[in-house]
Amino acid sequence: MTTYNDFVIRFANVNGSGSASANGMFAKALFRMGIPVSTRNIFPSNIQGLPTWFEVRVSDKGYLGRREGVDIMVAMNAETFEEDVAAVKPGGFLLFDNTKALALNLKRSDITEIGIPLTDLLLPVFTDIKQRGLFKNITYLGALAALLNIEFDVITGMVSTQYAGKDALIAPNIRALEIGREYARQYLPCPLPFQVRRMDANGDRIMVDGNAAAAIGALYGGATVCAWYPITPSTSVAESFEQYANKLRVDPDCGRRRFAVIQAEDELSAIGIVIGAGWNGARSFTATSGPGISLMSEFLGLAYFAEIPAVVMDIQRAGPSTGMPTRTQQADLLSAAYASHGDTRHVLLFPSTPKECFEFAAQAFDLADRLQTPVLLMSDLELGMNDNLSEPFAWDDTRAYDRGKVLDADDLDRIERFGRYLDVDGDGIGYRTYPGTHPTKGAFFTRGTSRDEYARYTESPEAYVQNMDRLLKKWKTAATLVPKAEIGGSGHRAGILFYGTSALPMQEALDLLTEEGIHLDTLRVRGFPFGAEVYQFIDAHDFVFVVDQNRDAQMKTLLVTEGGLDPATLISVLYFGGLSISADTIQAQVSEYFTEQKLPRLTEVKS
Amino acid sequence: MTFVAKPRVHHPKLPINEIGLTRRDYEGPVSTLCAGCGHDSVSAAIVAACAELSLPPHKFAKISGIGCSSKTPSYFLSKSHGFNSVHGRMPSVATGANLANRELYCIGVSGDGDTASIGLGQFAHIVRRRINMLYIVDNNGTYGLTKGQFSATNDKGSTSKKGSPNLYEPIDLVSMALQIGASFVARSFSGDKKQLVPLIKAGLMHKGFAFIDVISPCVAFNNHQGSTKSYEYVRDHSETVTVSDYFQPHDEITVDYDPGSSEDVKMPDGSTLRLHKLDRDFDVHDRVNALNYVQKRQAEGEVVTGLLYVDPDASDCHEILDTVQRPLNELGEAELCPGNAALHAINDSFR
Repeated sequence: MTTYNDFVIRFANVNGSGSASANGMFAKALFRMGIPVSTRNIFPSNIQGLPTWFEVRVSDKGYLGRREGVDIMVAMNAETFEEDVAAVKPGGFLLFDNTKALALNLKRSDITEIGIPLTDLLLPVFTDIKQRGLFKNITYLGALAALLNIEFDVITGMVSTQYAGKDALIAPNIRALEIGREYARQYLPCPLPFQVRRMDANGDRIMVDGNAAAAIGALYGGATVCAWYPITPSTSVAESFEQYANKLRVDPDCGRRRFAVIQAEDELSAIGIVIGAGWNGARSFTATSGPGISLMSEFLGLAYFAEIPAVVMDIQRAGPSTGMPTRTQQADLLSAAYASHGDTRHVLLFPSTPKECFEFAAQAFDLADRLQTPVLLMSDLELGMNDNLSEPFAWDDTRAYDRGKVLDADDLDRIERFGRYLDVDGDGIGYRTYPGTHPTKGAFFTRGTSRDEYARYTESPEAYVQNMDRLLKKWKTAATLVPKAEIGGSGHRAGILFYGTSALPMQEALDLLTEEGIHLDTLRVRGFPFGAEVYQFIDAHDFVFVVDQNRDAQMKTLLVTEGGLDPATLISVLYFGGLSISADTIQAQVSEYFTEQKLPRLTEVKS
Repeated sequence: MTFVAKPRVHHPKLPINEIGLTRRDYEGPVSTLCAGCGHDSVSAAIVAACAELSLPPHKFAKISGIGCSSKTPSYFLSKSHGFNSVHGRMPSVATGANLANRELYCIGVSGDGDTASIGLGQFAHIVRRRINMLYIVDNNGTYGLTKGQFSATNDKGSTSKKGSPNLYEPIDLVSMALQIGASFVARSFSGDKKQLVPLIKAGLMHKGFAFIDVISPCVAFNNHQGSTKSYEYVRDHSETVTVSDYFQPHDEITVDYDPGSSEDVKMPDGSTLRLHKLDRDFDVHDRVNALNYVQKRQAEGEVVTGLLYVDPDASDCHEILDTVQRPLNELGEAELCPGNAALHAINDSFR
């Protein structure tokens, strides 16, 4: 029986061996054939020599989450060969370089071995040893084209695009592809029972990583200052921003830049620069990960109290600093939400797709200006560093930036007396001025607290309390401005609440649960502070599963703390192994709860 | 202490500068620092410099970290915005402020604890980046607000008010700034207005990173047992005050000496600071020589003051980054947003 467009293929390579581009082309070829794919890099914190895996999930149903088990293993790393062989599902296939024979103890009777003598095949063709190594990857791609029925001209077309301008590379790449394809056709059981065939499931979707998307969002959102410190998995946000800005944010007349990027000496400096620029009226951001959030905490607290706009893109990873920096988690919720000493709360946005990374990144600057406070975009490695299928980005050219409540010189001339921290409109948000606005009016001295509504120094308890209460009022305003939660289904007694990349496997998990008679309404949180709809959803259900990709149920903690909820009504579904959460994990934990609690399941009677 | 406004009455004979303003237009509210604090002399020198240069008093960004020195930006140029930020992090905030609007005069005020200890890293890197600003360190060798701990610029062997000696080598910020590439480096003494005001004026007008290390005596904590200015002495001789909130008023320490000469200054703790004013023919364009000279004099127990180095053709960070002339904070959608058509092309590149 042939399975079309529904399998998981994993490439096991050595870090730095040039496999990434071949593997990327494999995924892109399928995407261009209209087949939904999702990709995952599983890589070490290392430059060269350690094992790395690239996993492609092919799903005609459009499931984009990670799925347990590997159908086809392309095992190119001797060091991990044993575990790679063991990872193949029964009935699956093992593709390997059989220039050296497979050790007998590694043989499995329940999988099919597909040996290709890659080294031997390339030896007579490519004399350069380094080239031979690189083309090994291209050659197995050619073999896979024959084995899985990938349209060959889609791949060769991609080679031509990828090496446009470096034409000398095109011919040898295509030659390597052909060597693999010819060998497979002649000696291997082509095609395999796992195959691809063209479909039209991708529409106008794009395939992009969340970090590039967030960078483009920052560009469109009007960011002019970016200060950052390199840290996996966030580095590519700043690098992409600079790359796109160099192309699209240059004065056409003089060729000068309408942006400034500073690679700072550390995260403290990065956020300091962002806050200094925000104070002076420029849209500014930094990108970082958990350890950076820890280092930025003091400054984030100051920005909260001093009411300065700042945007932080937190691409979360597993903690701590020396932990698993190249593995994904949603582990910074609490440290980001309450970053710093004193009573502080920060606005968080939770994108689930590259399109949301783009949109929320742009929106973050509006929110930060409107609310005069830091806004943190909570992405993660899974979303940030992997190519994900996404709706295309769109921008309304009539859209104006919301710069919030800023008084210019004319405004200052009109008003009788300027008070930076006066709550004129009753929404907790005062009016601010940029430095240098007016010769005699509107200047003020920025401090954390210890000031009155006119920004004058005071340590009066009444002034402090009044200010803190106003900040709380502003927090309530924030709850009405952040993206609303997305709600699915209605009328079921149980719900499931999730956010960020837990959305990727969710549809699949729900389908699996439906098969066993478990029906859940869904709520995807997109912003913090939580809107009223979040609490209404929880209130309307007997109990709600809360999916967290961390050990300590950080989203649940936020819900319980902020909403004063009974913890017993929120059932945690947790995964924190450093890979992204899979549908099977969600299904297993939800199902187990139903079994443990002897809850009724609704199974449709099939007639 | 709460905000104290100064009376807005001008002395009729106050001189008027080129833009029709008097020195009072550059002042701030009354300082809350101890009477006689050297830092107030620095603030006064900043006021004098800005007034004499006829700079618009609202076109400044005043940034500071934390500490006595960092309180001072609220005591001068009250028509400009100021930002009392995070301990040791003034340089990064100033960097951001300067990136956002290159047209403002940026003055950063820091202390020796703020710059030489907690903020040493940020200090080093702002020097490297050549942010166009005037960076002043009010250097008193002690932590005033936390009551008298040694700072990293305190000389080895000098004693604290408790009598214990400083065991560690001092950091010389001037030497550091010279070594890392500051394009304007000077040192002065808070009480030497004749020298300090011109230095501040030169620093403000310098394009690029200007650094002035100002020795600024702490009247409250650079004292020790046996001194008539010490806590113990005051407590023993006065019954009406508490130990924690009383400082012996001290006269402002001033000096006036000629270039090329040395001057001994009595410090509040009874010690003597030997200043050496650079000769008029000192070559201010030779960085290596300046570094050698500072170190040599230091070995002889002298603190060199004056302009040590200037590179009048230096570039600043905006030039390095090749940013547009117009302040980034003035750019709107038309200049910033590439628009939907460009986005279509971006989308296509991901297919």
